[in-house]
Amino acid sequence: MTLLRLQNLSLTLRNRPVLRDVSLTLGAGEVVGLLGPNGAGKTSLMRAALGLVPAQGSSSLAGLSPRDRARAVAWMPQHREIAWPVPVERLVALGRTPHLAAGRALSPDDQARVDEAISRMGLDGFRTRAASRLSGGEQARALLARALAQDTPLLMADEPAAGLDPSYQIATMRVFRDLAAEGRTVFVSLHDLGLAARHCTRIVLMARGGILADGPPSDVLTPALMAEAFGISVFHEQTADGPVFQPLDVL
Amino acid sequence: MSRLMTGLGLLVALLFIGSLVVGYAPVGPIDSLRALIAGDGGPVTMVMREIRLPRALLALFIGAGLGLAGAAMQGYLRNPLAEPGLIGVSASAALGAVIAINTGLVAMGTLGLPVAALAGAVIGVGLIMALAAPNGDTLTLILAGIAISAMASALTSLVLNLSPNPFAANEIVFWMMGSLADRSMVHLWLFLPFGLVGAGLLLGLGRGLDALTLGEDAARTMGIRLGRMRLLLVLGTASLVGAATAVAGAIGFIGLVVPHILRPWVGSQPSRLLTASALGGAAMLLAADIAVRLILPDRDLKLGVVTALVGAPLFLHLIYKTRRDNG
Repeated sequence: MTLLRLQNLSLTLRNRPVLRDVSLTLGAGEVVGLLGPNGAGKTSLMRAALGLVPAQGSSSLAGLSPRDRARAVAWMPQHREIAWPVPVERLVALGRTPHLAAGRALSPDDQARVDEAISRMGLDGFRTRAASRLSGGEQARALLARALAQDTPLLMADEPAAGLDPSYQIATMRVFRDLAAEGRTVFVSLHDLGLAARHCTRIVLMARGGILADGPPSDVLTPALMAEAFGISVFHEQTADGPVFQPLDVL
Repeated sequence: MSRLMTGLGLLVALLFIGSLVVGYAPVGPIDSLRALIAGDGGPVTMVMREIRLPRALLALFIGAGLGLAGAAMQGYLRNPLAEPGLIGVSASAALGAVIAINTGLVAMGTLGLPVAALAGAVIGVGLIMALAAPNGDTLTLILAGIAISAMASALTSLVLNLSPNPFAANEIVFWMMGSLADRSMVHLWLFLPFGLVGAGLLLGLGRGLDALTLGEDAARTMGIRLGRMRLLLVLGTASLVGAATAVAGAIGFIGLVVPHILRPWVGSQPSRLLTASALGGAAMLLAADIAVRLILPDRDLKLGVVTALVGAPLFLHLIYKTRRDNG
């Protein structure tokens, strides 16, 4: 089943080409890591795919009505905005917005999804805390729980692991793998190559607004491609415990 | 939540009755309420039904409208310092009223001034719609509001500046301070249709305002149509605030202070703040309108003066609290 299809997506912002002719298809049950240097166009690709910025070419999500789109994909933006000190459980419950009938409160089923999302992100002890007063990493977990509560086949997240401590980085990637095992797909931009190597089922590597490589981690996370995309040397080894991948130096 | 609403509802009911029984005519509270309800056709019934009832009802509805519009505006802009006047409607309504006073349109009957003010508000809204970007973006909305407010205020000053008649200038200044004195049922009937439509539009925004807590991108991807939402916000605020200004003049601070005070009581949830602020705004305006009659009964103290005198110290308290919370 295809959850996202991008065809010849191009985007120009202020006369600067940001995306050049990007085509990409995401099926079910994948954890797809979107890698690339700063300014490669990762955020723009995700926002254009969602239809948040008008781009040339086509995206299967951009044409949907806002409500249908909200039931097809959940989005966690990189900029973590929590405008008011709402309790964490209220914030997570916002994820149910596209599923509620006009004027209706949360059903027991909605509440169950909210509770599940809160538990998955390890936020049970934070339910009544004011979300805007949590630490940066805790806020990121609350916002990701909100996206999980939206309960969509596709989850797109822009650097969800940024600012998390190592244990929650790993826990977050584990949640993504669990979602993939349930048949959902997670499309996630990352900067941590080691995390991507260990937890993604597929890597899309971007550079200068285009896709440089797309495939399983072992095909994409190669010294040659890392040198071309990031200009770095890397250490990598396949251990009994899974792949170990570490950037070493700037070339 | 429900306890807060019950409390606010009781407060509003008490202040409404208080507003009915306070006045220049020396009649006891029980007698005046009896005259209002039973209606023996005597002078007390006249005073109650023609003077005090419209005044109390206007304070109730206009206060509720200003509180509601303030809560909606703060929620949409995600800024606790936003207020309903931000989109330039009160300034353009005031300009319409000032032109009416200066040109003698006022002499054409009770409705001359409010209708001119409403016309000013409608022109202001039209300009906002034309200027702000159609995608629901907040920055162009604020910029357009500032531009229109500044232009309307400048034109108001120009009219004052060129006014050949010192009495007209005096009347303009007093009108701009806001008052509910000497209003009749005609004013209420003028306000109500705009007030009800505006309130209906704003009360329907709750879910979108909640989603906007997480920013514009997140709200869009949760199914919220921001462009449509901003259209409803501007139309709702404009009809409430435009009609309120047309009938009662410029009454500041209610739309700013009331949502601010009540926010912690509703868990900071924008949707729950809407009704709470409507009740809070009604209570604040009823109280202010009682105060102007009690403090200086023979000097015609203006409402805007009282709301600002009460509102400014409340803000000092908020500053103190914020500084303490931030260590």
